[in-house]
Amino acid sequence: MSRIDRRFAALKAAGRTGLIPFVTAGDPSPQHVVALMHALVDAGADLIELGVPFSDPMADGPVIQHASERAIAKGVGLNEVLGWVARFRQRDAETPIVLMGYLNPVEIHGYARFAQEAVQAGVDGVLLVDCPLEEAAVLQPLREAGLQQILLAAPTTAPVRMAQLCGSAEGFLYYVSFAGITGAAHLSTGDIAARVADIRAHAKAPVAVGFGIRDAASAKAIAGFADAVVIGSALVERLAGATDAEEMTMRVHAFLAPIRSALDAH
Amino acid sequence: MPTIDDFHAWPDVHGRFGNYGGSYVAETLMAPLAELSEAYLRLRDDPEFIAELDRDLKHYVGRPSPVYHAERLSQHVGGARILFKREDLNHTGAHKINNTVGQALVAKRMGKPRIIAETGAGQHGVASATVAARLGLKCVVYMGAVDIERQKINVYRMKLLGAEVVPVTSGSKTLKDALNEAMRDWVTHVADTFYIIGTVAGPHPYPLMVRDFNAIVGREARAQMLEQYGRLPDVLTACVGGGSNAIGLFHAFLNDADVRIVGAEAAGEGIATGHHAASLAAGRPGVLHGNRTYVLCDDNGQITETHSISAGLDYPGVGPEHAFLKDAGRAEYVGVTDDEAMEAFHLLARTEGILAALESSHAVAQAIKLAREYPKDGIVLCNLSGRGDKDVHTIAAREGVEV
Ligand SMILES: Cc1ncc(COP(=O)(O)O)c(C=O)c1O
Repeated sequence: MSRIDRRFAALKAAGRTGLIPFVTAGDPSPQHVVALMHALVDAGADLIELGVPFSDPMADGPVIQHASERAIAKGVGLNEVLGWVARFRQRDAETPIVLMGYLNPVEIHGYARFAQEAVQAGVDGVLLVDCPLEEAAVLQPLREAGLQQILLAAPTTAPVRMAQLCGSAEGFLYYVSFAGITGAAHLSTGDIAARVADIRAHAKAPVAVGFGIRDAASAKAIAGFADAVVIGSALVERLAGATDAEEMTMRVHAFLAPIRSALDAH
Repeated sequence: MPTIDDFHAWPDVHGRFGNYGGSYVAETLMAPLAELSEAYLRLRDDPEFIAELDRDLKHYVGRPSPVYHAERLSQHVGGARILFKREDLNHTGAHKINNTVGQALVAKRMGKPRIIAETGAGQHGVASATVAARLGLKCVVYMGAVDIERQKINVYRMKLLGAEVVPVTSGSKTLKDALNEAMRDWVTHVADTFYIIGTVAGPHPYPLMVRDFNAIVGREARAQMLEQYGRLPDVLTACVGGGSNAIGLFHAFLNDADVRIVGAEAAGEGIATGHHAASLAAGRPGVLHGNRTYVLCDDNGQITETHSISAGLDYPGVGPEHAFLKDAGRAEYVGVTDDEAMEAFHLLARTEGILAALESSHAVAQAIKLAREYPKDGIVLCNLSGRGDKDVHTIAAREGVEV
């Protein structure tokens, strides 16, 4: 059983909704990524999505675009990200880590080389936004090395395709709550609930919902019907400009604590 | 290396040209792309659609465009005959209109009331605003803030045509970023919006569809060559930004093994300086804007900023079919510098009375080089993809002239 599968099994056994924060690796500060990751776990994260910065993040809104630009300007690339994961693993062997990003950095790094280095560092899965199921053959070396490919499903996904995604999902299936880019702020929980219920009936894997979740209230609304919630832009925005580990840790706790309690109270 | 003898058989059903192309997009766009593919592949063989497109190309765009023998230029160069396929004479001044007329008809048939486009030089933006005005569709054009500055005239033209021009300030603030922003708009408005991509890049079916709509250039030119000269040219050349005018000219000739094909990329200040946009000549295979192709990027996979005097060539990727033709050895891709393009611009102006677009001036420079390699009875056919009115300010500024 993979680390991701174990984590979701434990959540289910405890009757809890998972909390998955997203941060862009290297933002706000490349010096404090590992401390930031530990702070996320201390504040209640069940799984961490670590964004690999890319110059052309087509599916991201301004908050994550700018975080990526700042990280790239400080020289952050896959080598640095994998190094941080390895250091995080020295103290935390349990929290699953999914690298989220776009295909080109992995393609240029080399699929086989990436697979080997990522597993060695302690990465559990990848969510490559611009690599849909149809193109996933290139990820075969990742799969063979034991990395799980997290698939996305969207409101536009047609029924036949949704069945395919449900059948192929591993780790968890990430349901994008609305047709749009990250950081946009509309959430219509009624539509999402129906769709997620349908997916959960068909998918072997648990379902996480992301896009548009910004605070305790929106997290709680989703918690009623999803296995986990993903919070990205609102957190990245909150962290922007923090300069030292202490400040980052404070902001992480202030931001995640009410969300964690809302999820646990539901 | 792919061993193939029918270049017209590509792409395959997944939109792949050998190892290149495909659909590398976020899940949300898979459904609208499937819808578009389905609609386009149906229309492509629909006699009514084809007849409507032909009528528009004839009466609105002004096709066919002539093949013109540039005698004074050829004489000046002293080599083979240089012929120009005059896409600069089209309505709105470039080959871009061939594609926008086609895609706008697809949008209309699909019942989409709003179109969006990205633009670099502004030619595609103008061509999109033009067809939107004619069909009564709302039009939003994304343009990099840097390009807005260097192509002011086209920005104003778009506004006169009723389009909204949205400045893009992310990344390098040029064409690639405009494309990102248009994709973000599309993913947010998939239900009512049709995205008219302006070159043979993007996810499937765009490289196929945009190629099809521009392939009229080569089909006409091939027939015109046989009619006017009783033979095919020795060599074709065209400038390559995303690659739409180039594939437009090349496609009809791909299976004519004796016709040599040379694409001219923007070498900017010289490939060795790193300030260029020559993705095929100096890049490597990667994934950008929905397809696998040659890209300019660093070892971290970050797309690098490009440089060209011409906004329309200032792009770090290239259409996947060109990547395929390069690897197959069917076409060569070479760099032409800013200085060489400027020199060709002036030479063409003074010998032929034609102000070429800066993009097209790269092709003219390459045609001049090629003409020197062939005997006097040889023929170089060059795609003159657009006219230079839009570039007058850039050229004046570069030469220190106030206008
Ligand atoms: C006149 C002209 N030629 C060429 C290009 C480059 O595009 P492509 O390589 O798709 O033909 C442009 C782009 O704006 C253009 O305006």
